[in-house]
Amino acid sequence: MKTILLITALLCSSMMTSMAKQPSAGQKLPSLSQLLPGASIPKTKGKVVLVDFWASWCGPCKASFPCFTRLHNKYASKGLVIIAIGVDTDIKKYKAFVAKHKSPFPMVHDSSHKAAGFFNPPAMPSSYLVDRNGVIRYIHKGFKGAKTEALYEKEILALLAK
Amino acid sequence: MKTSTFLLTLTTALMMLCSCSQHLVRVKPYERGNLANPLMADDTDTLQKPMSEHVYFSREGSYGGGGVGGGGCGCN
Repeated sequence: MKTILLITALLCSSMMTSMAKQPSAGQKLPSLSQLLPGASIPKTKGKVVLVDFWASWCGPCKASFPCFTRLHNKYASKGLVIIAIGVDTDIKKYKAFVAKHKSPFPMVHDSSHKAAGFFNPPAMPSSYLVDRNGVIRYIHKGFKGAKTEALYEKEILALLAK
Repeated sequence: MKTSTFLLTLTTALMMLCSCSQHLVRVKPYERGNLANPLMADDTDTLQKPMSEHVYFSREGSYGGGGVGGGGCGCN
């Protein structure tokens, strides 16, 4: 009986510890260059960073790119850095998407899902808005057009002012 | 070992396992590329779906209830 109880307890504890964690607001942004080895990540120190997870098969992700382009054009000079992380398993689809959209901000490929596995984005797209101190301040699930864009702008302005 | 202690341990274990069950076998949102493929939709053939529904309707009177909300990609 004791053995059964011990095994149950061990199973429970191992499963609890193996539960997928995801970064939350207030946590420090991890080093993206470590999560995305080989990718050219722009310098983010002292900048407001928007990390976006997207995929070529995701409709709302496509819809979000014109918004990110507008935000980049408006606030990049004031200290906003947008990093779009593609999670396509098929590199051809990723490259085709990048070639089609020609974004002014850096787009990187998370080929091994290392970054996606760490961030564990709750929906596609998901984005993380990080302040100048490297702390995640806002997490966005999905993209709902002008409503989300207005929210991004409000939050970015608040973070740039700090 | 008393039965009550055993039951208490078992209940605690079940509660703990239930709380983490949603993390066990789930396709992550970023892994749903294949599910989001248009070929995965149940109405890819515009003729087949109404015909199948007609068959269900005329045979069993079991019309409806076949739809689901949203696609498989988990977007938004």
